[in-house]
Amino acid sequence: MQPAIFGHLESYLVVALCLFALGLYGLVSRPGFISMLISVELILNAAGLNFVAFNTFLAPDKTVGQTFTLFIMGLAAAEAAICLSIAVVVYRRFRTILADEISELKD
Amino acid sequence: MTFTFDPSLRLYIYLADAAFLGFVFLALAGGVVAVGAKRLIHAVLGLATSLVGVAGLYVYLGTHFIAAMQILIYVGAVCISIVFAVMLARPPSEAEKVPRAGPGKLAAGFGVGLFAALVLGSAVLATRWQAEPTAVEGTLQQVGEGLLTRYAFVFELISLVLLVAIVGSVVLARRGRRPTGG
Repeated sequence: MQPAIFGHLESYLVVALCLFALGLYGLVSRPGFISMLISVELILNAAGLNFVAFNTFLAPDKTVGQTFTLFIMGLAAAEAAICLSIAVVVYRRFRTILADEISELKD
Repeated sequence: MTFTFDPSLRLYIYLADAAFLGFVFLALAGGVVAVGAKRLIHAVLGLATSLVGVAGLYVYLGTHFIAAMQILIYVGAVCISIVFAVMLARPPSEAEKVPRAGPGKLAAGFGVGLFAALVLGSAVLATRWQAEPTAVEGTLQQVGEGLLTRYAFVFELISLVLLVAIVGSVVLARRGRRPTGG
């Protein structure tokens, strides 16, 4: 019988591709720090989904993709913590969180 | 590369397909809200929805532990901390509107996203994916053993990065804070 939709590698790859493109669009077009961080999280998620999809369907050693996705999650958490505290500090100092308006290193 | 199924399981396959499409819809609709919402809080909610959808896809891929970690780390920790930052970085009196992007930026974002989608999409659909025979099954026990043996250095390095990130964000966020005088 015809394999199901969830049995194709391509369906996962296309979903990850859409998430990646959405994240890229947001990263370029959104002006705020936190909006950009949200877009980066979408991109990292697309990468993780790709890793696990290739891992399940193609890889001979099926621990590699899972391990990498765990690492991606850890790094994403660290990145989010740093980025958010920077956003808070920048807001306190400049009273704005728009990336374009903060063009001086020292006020 | 595809999985094949016993024909007697057809009904279950259809049900599983419907649930799969539901998770795909959650992931994509959440992503659209995350990059398109007018209010920052709505964008964070969209991100959380998208992450839950991706966690469902992880379950379909047979990696239940990754799905649980996705919910725990992303939805539980990252989204919550983004909500905290949204509330800290904007006074409640100010309407929490994401400022409008100029038409140039919107066009640039649309162009970049569409370009990446077309290039990568044609690559994904044109490639004939070849599966290798499975050597390691990839159970949770094997993943844990790998983390403590083959990937022990990376594991420790990530721990260090997380520690530095925690200390750094605490130091950054404390600086410039007005004393409360108590």
